[in-house]
Amino acid sequence: MSRWRSWGRNWGLWLGAFIVGFTLFVAIFAPMVATQDPFAQDLSRRLVPPSWMEGGRPQHFLGTDGLGRDYFARLVYGARISMLIGIATVVTSGIIGIALGVVGGFFGGRIDDVILFTITARLSIPLILVALAVVSLVGSSLTVVVATLGLLLWDRFAVVARVATMQVRTLDYVAAAWSAGCSQPYIVMREILPNILSPLAVVATLEMALAILLEAALSFLGLGVPPPLPSWGLMIAEAKDYMFFNPWVIMVPGMSLFVLVFGINLLGDGLRDLLRTGRVA
Amino acid sequence: MSALLEVEDLEISFGALDAVRGASLEVRRGETHCLVGESGCGKSVTALAVMGLLPSNGARRAKRLAFDGKDILGLDEKGMSRLRGDRMAMIFQEPMTSLNPAYTVGSQMAEVLIRHRGASKRAALDRAAELLARVRITSPGMRLGQYPHQLSGGLRQRVMIAMALMCDPELLIADEPTTALDVTVQAQILRLLADLQKDLGLAILLITHDLGVVARTAHRVSVMYAGEVVESSPVDRLFHRPMHPYTRGLLSCVPVPGKIRRDQPLGSIPGMVPHVTRGFEGCAFRQRCPLTRPDCAGPIERRHPDPDRDYLCQIAPNEMAAP
Amino acid sequence: MTRPLIEVRDVGRVFRVRSGLLGQPKRVVAVDGVSLALMPGEVMGVVGESGCGKSTLAKIILGLLEPSEGEVLIDGRKLSGMGRRERAQLIQPVFQDPFSSLNPRRRVRDIVALPLAAQGGISSAEVKSRVDRMLERVGLDPSMGERLPAQLSGGQRQRVAIARALVMRPRIVVCDEPTSALDVSVQAQILNLLAELRREFGLSYLFISHNLAVVEHVASEVAVMYLGRIVERNDAESLFRDPRHPYTKALLASVLTPEPGLGIPETGLGETMPDPANVPPGCRFHPRCPVAIERCAQETPSTQKGDSGLVECHLAAPA
Repeated sequence: MSRWRSWGRNWGLWLGAFIVGFTLFVAIFAPMVATQDPFAQDLSRRLVPPSWMEGGRPQHFLGTDGLGRDYFARLVYGARISMLIGIATVVTSGIIGIALGVVGGFFGGRIDDVILFTITARLSIPLILVALAVVSLVGSSLTVVVATLGLLLWDRFAVVARVATMQVRTLDYVAAAWSAGCSQPYIVMREILPNILSPLAVVATLEMALAILLEAALSFLGLGVPPPLPSWGLMIAEAKDYMFFNPWVIMVPGMSLFVLVFGINLLGDGLRDLLRTGRVA
Repeated sequence: MSALLEVEDLEISFGALDAVRGASLEVRRGETHCLVGESGCGKSVTALAVMGLLPSNGARRAKRLAFDGKDILGLDEKGMSRLRGDRMAMIFQEPMTSLNPAYTVGSQMAEVLIRHRGASKRAALDRAAELLARVRITSPGMRLGQYPHQLSGGLRQRVMIAMALMCDPELLIADEPTTALDVTVQAQILRLLADLQKDLGLAILLITHDLGVVARTAHRVSVMYAGEVVESSPVDRLFHRPMHPYTRGLLSCVPVPGKIRRDQPLGSIPGMVPHVTRGFEGCAFRQRCPLTRPDCAGPIERRHPDPDRDYLCQIAPNEMAAP
Repeated sequence: MTRPLIEVRDVGRVFRVRSGLLGQPKRVVAVDGVSLALMPGEVMGVVGESGCGKSTLAKIILGLLEPSEGEVLIDGRKLSGMGRRERAQLIQPVFQDPFSSLNPRRRVRDIVALPLAAQGGISSAEVKSRVDRMLERVGLDPSMGERLPAQLSGGQRQRVAIARALVMRPRIVVCDEPTSALDVSVQAQILNLLAELRREFGLSYLFISHNLAVVEHVASEVAVMYLGRIVERNDAESLFRDPRHPYTKALLASVLTPEPGLGIPETGLGETMPDPANVPPGCRFHPRCPVAIERCAQETPSTQKGDSGLVECHLAAPA
């Protein structure tokens, strides 16, 4: 009962869920949402302003970029890249971080010491610098970006999973499962893991927002997704040459990035509040 | 003797949930009044309502709520906070949550006197040391400089009591003060409270679920069930001749050392406390009561078997068989 | 003579607790040289104050903690060499807090079925019928099986915990403060249920509690623990009628029976609290003992065995 009432009060959660859900929808159904080809250049129609502005054309809703590519189509396909990077990074880093954290928290002792050392070592690595170094060494591609971010962003998962596991491990139901003769893997998978997922869901949203921002930053520096793939960060980078005379070219991807990251963070905050009240009930 | 605290027809609600539905009680000077009942019966919120400390989503109404003959129902927050800690004080089950871990025992105790009486720091600390000695803490000077986490549970509760006594209160409300303590420490703390009462003429409202504590400390007892005071009586008569079927059930549930026969089941009350919402009619105990009858669903009469005791039941004293 | 179901031989457990950033790790002696035997059909009550090591002892007997020294035999076999399934068939726990002893994310049915699932090789129809029967036996409607723990009251949760402990038909149940978190009327229901189930299934209980009245009601044998050691042990009747150790006497005197007019007892124990990180030399009870003599501070009392019990005190003879 009270849980449902708190859903109503939780407008941030709803707004965040809507933004993320909408972006996901657009990303999945990109070919249907955007009818134009995001790669097709038309140098005769460069920097056409959005359709509601003076000089705009109805077939280019958000205008065109410096190479005459349809901006709306690029934005929609760019959502694909952002969501793909966000989700793939969260999955990769989540698996690594949760596995490390749960193992450390569950077994404790020497094993935990080693894992804690690994986490501390990871925390002392400067994220952006390593990402830059890797990309410039291996060369930029979507896979490289996902792999780099996934292998770097697991620290928060590990820290949260470790502490949560340590707390749950001491609870009597874990002792009861042990006494019932359950094996260690069973206890970890069935008794502990389901009970630490709530804080990890919040971490996942934070990491997703971070991954999307990092990709944008890397692409902006020319070390993320290689052109002509339409990443929002890349769009911002390409737009910076025209931003003084055609400010909308940078506003459109910039605002989209802001709204998506804001939405993900709202979702995370909302989830945290919801799970906190859910725990009391 | 006149009553120090008078509560008449107190009602407390949290939204649609009626936590207390018309509770009346009186605490006299020099007397311990025990409010006894199981979890959720409304005994703790009754105490909070008296102190004006209900959480913001709780509402209280009463026919009369008076302290030392003066109405405190209409008192604003400022007036209440002047009363709290000064003429009435409260101690809780877990002293750790009501002591601030960041300050020493001495400065927390002194603060009470400085705030209420405008005493100097020096005088307040002297008073604190005197009271620590009074609650039988050895080397009070050393304890004043210690932090709450450096004390054992029993010592912390003594500090809480000493702190409550800083301004010579007339009424002490104690909410399960010994529940978190070991039996040996419990006996010590309760003895201390009884001695302080004798010396200072304190009125004590003691909230507990433990019938042993009730029997040994109370002068008067109010038994609460589902938000109502179902029986109110001087302590000896309550234990020797409980009237309300719930009181009888409760007493039969407790294993009494020395009278125990192994392999003989304890008495028990079947079922569970009903969920009481707005518009509840009749006796809240009727589904669990061995003596229930059809008219228990209607309005219930409060009966007076003796002038100073009453109980809330359809069954008249002469119809009630000896337990 | 029959073989004891649980035999605890000179078991000790020391924890190392780090205090502060630079503090030396402290040795906390939770259990120190404890021996006891639980015979079939008996209920052994273990009483003592918080920090006396009774819960640590329970964890050691359940195999949840390794003893630092000594060994535990369950039904004549070493606990340390026993497989988890075999151990689960012999001994099961019921814990104090019914809110933390049930996994909040699993249905009651799956919680009760846990010991059966861990054994493996039992058909799901068989599991279902055994769970239903056990739920009914502990006084819960089998339809409750579909609920989550959050939808149950404290008493109902404790019934679920009991059903889980008994579904495998173990021979021993270790009850660690099984009624301390419950209301008086619910406590009586649960104690009655435990007594019925013991007779019906021929169980033996190790019953740990700080509530002496409850222990007197259920136990046939009682061990009194103080700072990690059993300071007195006897059959329940003799121990409650004729306590020998001053600590047992103080404990018994502190019990507030629901009899008005008797006042509040004087325990004579003083203000010092037992600290397992700092066990006093000589008799570990001497700083609080109302009858201590000089010898008690210097010399550790030996265990004196009598006809039915034992006591560790310079000034007391065993019963």
